[in-house]
Amino acid sequence: MKMKSFFAALIMVPALAFASGAEVHLDKAPNLQGNNAALQNGARLFVNYCQSCHGASFIRYEKLMELGLSEQQIKDNLMFTSDKIGDTMKIAMRPDEAKKWFGATPPDLTLIARARASEAGSGADWLYTYLRSFYKDDARPTGWNNVVFANVGMPNVLWQLQGIQTLETVKEENGTEHHKLVLSEPGQLTPEQFDKQVADLVGFIVWMGEPGAANRKAIGVGVLIFLAVLFVSAYALKKNYWKDIH
Amino acid sequence: MASNKHYDKYKSNGGVGGNVLEWIDARFPLTSTIKSHLTDYYAPKNFNFWYFFGSLALLVLVLQIVTGIFLVMNYKPDANLNESGIPIAFASVEYIMRDVTGGWLIRYLHSTGASAFFVVVYLHMFRGLLYGSYRQPRELLWVFGTLIFLCLMAEAFMGYLLPWGQMSFWGAQVIINLFGAIPLIGPDLSTLIRGDFVVGDATLNRFFSLHVIAVPLILIGLVAAHLVALHEVGSNNPDGIEIKANLDENGNPRDGIPFHPYYTVKDIVGVVAFLFVFSIVVFFAPEGGGYFLEYNNFYQADPLKTPLHIAPVWYFTPFYSVLRAIVWPILGIDAKFWGVVGMGASVVIIAFLPWLDRSPVRSIRYRGPIFKAALTIFVVAFFILGYLGTQPPSYVGEKVSQVCSLIYFGFFLLMPWYSKIDKYTIPPERVTD
Repeated sequence: MKMKSFFAALIMVPALAFASGAEVHLDKAPNLQGNNAALQNGARLFVNYCQSCHGASFIRYEKLMELGLSEQQIKDNLMFTSDKIGDTMKIAMRPDEAKKWFGATPPDLTLIARARASEAGSGADWLYTYLRSFYKDDARPTGWNNVVFANVGMPNVLWQLQGIQTLETVKEENGTEHHKLVLSEPGQLTPEQFDKQVADLVGFIVWMGEPGAANRKAIGVGVLIFLAVLFVSAYALKKNYWKDIH
Repeated sequence: MASNKHYDKYKSNGGVGGNVLEWIDARFPLTSTIKSHLTDYYAPKNFNFWYFFGSLALLVLVLQIVTGIFLVMNYKPDANLNESGIPIAFASVEYIMRDVTGGWLIRYLHSTGASAFFVVVYLHMFRGLLYGSYRQPRELLWVFGTLIFLCLMAEAFMGYLLPWGQMSFWGAQVIINLFGAIPLIGPDLSTLIRGDFVVGDATLNRFFSLHVIAVPLILIGLVAAHLVALHEVGSNNPDGIEIKANLDENGNPRDGIPFHPYYTVKDIVGVVAFLFVFSIVVFFAPEGGGYFLEYNNFYQADPLKTPLHIAPVWYFTPFYSVLRAIVWPILGIDAKFWGVVGMGASVVIIAFLPWLDRSPVRSIRYRGPIFKAALTIFVVAFFILGYLGTQPPSYVGEKVSQVCSLIYFGFFLLMPWYSKIDKYTIPPERVTD
């Protein structure tokens, strides 16, 4: 029937209109959800390197038990800002003071992985690329700049692990120029080891964005199975009622 | 009592020995209401896929009300910052997501429900276009429907402010500022809407009040009027012919079947299928790829940090594109004002369809090629407008949206002409399958 081609035409429309452009290429972050060892390591890195300036004020310390940690382990190794396991992972620094000191309040990181998602890539991809893209820049107050987030107020807090990168300009034979990050001074870790650490940290930040995500999907599977069964019986009921109509 | 001729029917005292239903029926039209709206309400027997979306819209309305009731129990409409520097409203949403038992599900049902509402309502309206459901005698039914759509847009717009994220804040800022473009009263009007000179706590509180009380009350009233009007005139059908024109010896339509049980059991199938698709989004992609929950809205509202690109949620984007397409000042009044007029007109014009359509037949099945082409081009233009509304402004985008806006209005304004000259075939006497 003619209607068919009519709707086929409608389906084609979005394909015609789509076009997207990304400014910076983002590296793909490995998906570490469900890998508790990696997420625990990420939590350790987070409290040691991030939580001096950034809070995670929607996460309670006790929530970390879902990553396979015991209450005592959390208290001994991860709680520097509070002594109550039911407290949230906020920081002592007040937002207005932080603004005075840094020029901008370091954002709360609980939801940062969800907020940083874009057409260019997931929030995890953005964070994974960003944290590995700092380079030395003497023109900046902190001495650091970033390829992904130009003129960012944050210094490279992981520099001892990563080493020092510099931004080099490479000239192609055809005359075009492009920039490239070069590790000019090695750190405590090799680049591969460092990438692995950053991936763990990003994995933890993604987990914080929605700790219930795995549970949500698990429930979802059950819901879909239930609805599929219900559909079969609802359809059979309808068929039975309608058998005398025509 | 002696003057009451029907005194007998009040005699049942509802006691154990009596008939409870009789007692109720003597005091409230229970049985007769069920009869006239369900068991003796005849609907055409040839409803197809497109006829699921009316009952689904009702389902989503109930879903939004029920989930909304539970959200309000923990949501706090407060733009002040807590000790961590986070707005209390924004924090209360995350509290619901993390600390309230089942809160994440209720919130995702509500946020996905908002998008689902528009999906279902757009398809429901498109059904009306396909089969001429707005034609005489269903003009008022259609007008009520358009008012519901308007109400729904207001409801969605105000609800979107409540999480107090960046897009909530700046989206409201942009839209409320539009009212400022109205000559003379504009600036005062936008201050009145905001309750302040900037979007702030006062705005959040009044939007909360309107979102949970005022607009839902109007919405439910309009939905009731929509259903009363529907049951007065009866449903149209894919053939666009009047089933009441052909009655059997009992006075019932030969092509009609009682709504209950036939369409109740059929709609259950539609409901389950809908819930299946809906659950896929709720449980596996609640952000809807950034279209149902915009990524930027995971940042708290910051009045000092304007996002690079402010895009409304997807269901507003076609109309937003019409607004952006109008870039010329006319009669010495700012282009922004005409944009607002254009956007308003693009919604209101839908209500006039019953009087714009001059075709002798209702359904697309018996219409000629001109209408089929017009509707196809219209839908394509609508999709393109919707897409462009999500994109940052650009020169090409502006030109394309101007062409598509012309097509959009042309579909309506030229309809009296092209629907009249179009070919048509005579519809059958009885409905087809």
